[in-house]
Amino acid sequence: MMRLELVKRPQRSMLFSALSPFIAFALTIVAGAILFALLGVNPLKAFQIYFIEPVSQVWQLHELAIKAAPLILIGVGLSVCYRANIWNIGAEGQFILGGIVGSSIPVLFPQFEGPLVLPLMLLFGMIGGAAYAAIPALLKARFNTNEILTSLMLVYVAQLFLDWLVRGPWRDPKGFNFPQTIQFNDSAILPELMPASGRANWGFVFALVAAVLVWILMSRMLKGFEVRVLGSSPRAGRFAGFGINRMVFFAFMLSGALAGLAGISEVSGAIGQLQPVISPGYGFTAIIVAFLGRLNPLGIVAAGLVLALTYLGGEAVQSALGISDKVARVFQGMLLFFVLGCDTLIHYRIRLIGFAAPKLESAPKLEEAR
Amino acid sequence: MSANQDGANLLEVRGLTKTFGTLTACDHIDLNVAKGEIHALLGENGAGKSTLVKMLFGTLEPNSGEIFWNGQAVTITNPGFAKKLGIGMVFQHFSLFEALTAAENIALSLDDGSPISTIAAKARALSYSYGLPLDPQSLVGDLSVGERQRIEIIRCLLQTPQLIILDEPTSVLTPQEADKLFETLERLRSEGKSILYISHRLEEVKRICDRATVLRHGKVVGHCNPRKETASSLARMMVGNDVPTVVRAPAEGIETAQPLLEIRALSRKPATPFSIPLRNINLTVRAGEVIGIAGVAGNGQGEFFESVSGEVPQQDAASVRIRGKDAGGLSITGRRLMGAAFVPEERLGHGAAPRMKLSENLLLSRHATDGKVFVGAGGMVKSDAIYAAAQRIIKAMDVRKSAPDPEAAALSGGNLQKFIVGRELDRRPSVMVVNQPTWGVDAGAAAHIRQTLIELARCGSAVLVISQDLDELFEISDAIAVMHNGELSKPLPIAEATFEKIGLLMGGAEPGHAEHALETS
Repeated sequence: MMRLELVKRPQRSMLFSALSPFIAFALTIVAGAILFALLGVNPLKAFQIYFIEPVSQVWQLHELAIKAAPLILIGVGLSVCYRANIWNIGAEGQFILGGIVGSSIPVLFPQFEGPLVLPLMLLFGMIGGAAYAAIPALLKARFNTNEILTSLMLVYVAQLFLDWLVRGPWRDPKGFNFPQTIQFNDSAILPELMPASGRANWGFVFALVAAVLVWILMSRMLKGFEVRVLGSSPRAGRFAGFGINRMVFFAFMLSGALAGLAGISEVSGAIGQLQPVISPGYGFTAIIVAFLGRLNPLGIVAAGLVLALTYLGGEAVQSALGISDKVARVFQGMLLFFVLGCDTLIHYRIRLIGFAAPKLESAPKLEEAR
Repeated sequence: MSANQDGANLLEVRGLTKTFGTLTACDHIDLNVAKGEIHALLGENGAGKSTLVKMLFGTLEPNSGEIFWNGQAVTITNPGFAKKLGIGMVFQHFSLFEALTAAENIALSLDDGSPISTIAAKARALSYSYGLPLDPQSLVGDLSVGERQRIEIIRCLLQTPQLIILDEPTSVLTPQEADKLFETLERLRSEGKSILYISHRLEEVKRICDRATVLRHGKVVGHCNPRKETASSLARMMVGNDVPTVVRAPAEGIETAQPLLEIRALSRKPATPFSIPLRNINLTVRAGEVIGIAGVAGNGQGEFFESVSGEVPQQDAASVRIRGKDAGGLSITGRRLMGAAFVPEERLGHGAAPRMKLSENLLLSRHATDGKVFVGAGGMVKSDAIYAAAQRIIKAMDVRKSAPDPEAAALSGGNLQKFIVGRELDRRPSVMVVNQPTWGVDAGAAAHIRQTLIELARCGSAVLVISQDLDELFEISDAIAVMHNGELSKPLPIAEATFEKIGLLMGGAEPGHAEHALETS
C-alpha cells in the first residue's frame, strides 16, 4: 500500500505565500478550461465571455462594484473572526437580518422621509446583523457550542424568517399578492455614485472604507493585536490577560455588523424593497473572498472583485452559451479548493510512503523540545 | 558498503550533520558507543543532543554522515526500523495516553497483536526483575511522573534493545527516585546492554557513565572519561569557558520586612480529571527575599502558578494578597497593575506567541502596565516605542538572535527565556513569580538569570521561584518549600535545608512532619 503523508516544512516560503492566490487562480482557469471543453464549448471563447466581456464597458464595471461591495464588506468582517480562530459561517444570515432590520424603517414607517432615514437604516442594519451574530457568540461563550454549526443553522432560520415576512405581515397590500414589501421611498434608497455612467451605489465606498479601517485595526491597534494573539496562541492570550469570551463576542458582532451593513446596502441600493431572496449566496462566497484575500483586508478588496466577476461571468455564459449559471458556483468552489490546497502545500510537503514501511511513531519535531 | 574494523563498537556515527535552514544543529558529529557501556552525551540545551538522538532513532533525517550498527552501515529511516535494529528510546516528554492503563499503553507501541494480558504479565515480571515495580493495570493518569517514566522504560525494555537512549531521565525524578534508576541502569550495563545517557547534570554523569562525548554548538568538543574529570572541568568543556558563579548576599532583617506576596488558605478544585487540586496553601514572601518551591513536576505547580498569576482568579479575594491588598478576585492584568510580574513555564505558546515578533511579544505582558508608553490615543500601538523597548531588553539580557526583531519561535529556548525574564525585570516589579526560570537555558544565561532574580530581591522585591532544579533553588533561595500532591510544606530556611530533607518532602513525606520538626527544633 502506498500512502501519502503531509510533513511539516521547516520554513514556509515567503515567495510562494505571496504567489499562492495567483497559482490558485491559474489552476482554476486550467480546470475551468477542461470543464468547458467537456461541455463542448471552446474554452478560449468561453473565457472571453466569462472573464473579459463582463468588464469591457463602463456600466459593466458598475455592476462589478455592486456585486463586489457585499463580498468585500462581509469578507473583511469574516477575516477578523478567522484571524481570531473563530469560525463564523453564518454571514449569510447576518446579511439577511441586517437587511430586514434596516428595512423595518421604510416598510413600517413609509411616511417617514428626510435625510435622517438612510443613516438610521444603515445603523439598524448593522445592529440587526450584530445582534444576530451575538446568538452563536453567546452559545459559544456560555455553553461552548460549536459556532460553525450554530452560525450555519441560523442562516436557514434567517432565510425562512425573511420568506415569512415578505409573504405575511410585511407584504405590499397593493402588490397583487407578490411576495415582496412596498417599494422604499426615495429617501430610503442608497444613492448611486455616478448615475451618469452606471448603477454602482455607495455600498462600494462603504466596503473600501471598512477594508481600510479593519486593516488599521488589525495591523496598528491593540485590539487587532489581541485578535491575532488569541487566534494564534490562545494560552499566550490568556497570559496577556485577554479574555477569550470577550473576543468571541467582539469578532462575531463586528463581522455581524459588517454583514448587516452589506445586507441593508444591498436592499436599499440594488433592490429597493425586500424580496424572499435578497442574496445570491454573498455570505458564503465571502468566506472564499476572505481566504483568497489571505485574511488581509486589502487583499480582500482584490479578492472581492475577482469573485464578483465569477457571478457576472456565470450570468454571461448562461445568456451567450446556454450553460447553466451554476457554473459560477463551480468556479467559486474550485477557487476555494485550490487556495486551501496551495496554502496547505506551503506549510507541508507531501511524502510518499512505500508499502511495508512501519508507521512513524511521532511526527518529527523541528526544534529541540523547548 | 564499508564495514567497520572495530567490532567492539555497537554504534558508530561518523560525520553526522543536520541543518535546519541556516542553523547547523549537528555539525559532523562523531560518536562511538561500545557494547556494555553507559555513554554520556553531555551538552547544554541547544547543543544538538536531541537532534542527534532523533537522527539515531529515525525521527529526523540527517543531511549527511554515516551510521554504523555492529559494523554495518545503516540508514535509519523511521523509528520502527530503529526498534528493529535494537535501538530503544525513552523520551524526555512522555508519549502516554493518560486515560489508558499502563499495559494498554505498552501494547499500543508493541504493535505485534499479542493479547494485553500476556503483555501485562511480561511487563510485570520485567518491572520487578529490574527493581522498577509497576502495576500494569493502573491508569496512567493516576501515576506519578516517576512511575510514568517506568512505563516508558519497561516499554522500551520489552523490545529487548541493544542500545537504550535516555533523554534527561532524572529531570522529573526526586533524588531518591534517581538513585533507583541508576541501579537499574548499572544492572542493564552488567547484562551487556549499552546506554546512551543524555544529560546536562554533571554529578550524575560522573557517577554512572563510563565515557562521555561533549557537544557544544552542534560540534563534538571532546571525548573523555567523566570519572577522571571534575564537575567544573566538564562544565568548562560544555560551556566553553568558566561558568560564572551566582553570588547571593545574605538577606538581612527579612523577618520584619513587609510581606509583598501573601497566599492564605489557597485551595482549588481540579479543573480536569487529570489536574491536581490545590490544598490549603499558605505562604508569605517578604520584600528582599527569594523563596523557592521545589517539587517533582506535575504536583500542582502549574495549577499554583495559574492561581497566583490570576490566569485563573479565585473566589476568595483574600487568598492571594499583593502588597497588602486583596488580589484573589483580580485577573492577571489587575495583578500586574498592582506591581506583580509573572514568567510561566512554557515559553512558546504561553509566555510568548511563537509567530509574533519580539517587540509584539513585549506588548503581550505589558500592554496594560505600560499602557501610556506603548499604546497611544484610540488604542493605536506605538510600534517605535515597543521596538525601542524590545531592543533595550535584548541588550540588557544579551539575547542572541538572527534578525533585529525576529519571531519568538526563531530564537533558541535559552535566548527566548532571557527575553521573557528581561521583559518582566524591565518593569522593576515588586513581586516576581517565576515558574522554571532556567529550564533548558545554557549555563551562562542561567547564571545571569539567577543573578538578576537575586538582585531584584535585594533591591526590595519579593521573588517566588518554582523549579524542579534543586541545584538552582539551593543557589538562589533564602528558603525552600516543597510542593507535593497539591500541598505546600512550610519553607525551610536555606541554612537548615539539605538535599536529603528536600528530597524526602518531594517524595511525599508528610509536609506536616517537617513543619512539626521545624517548630520543635
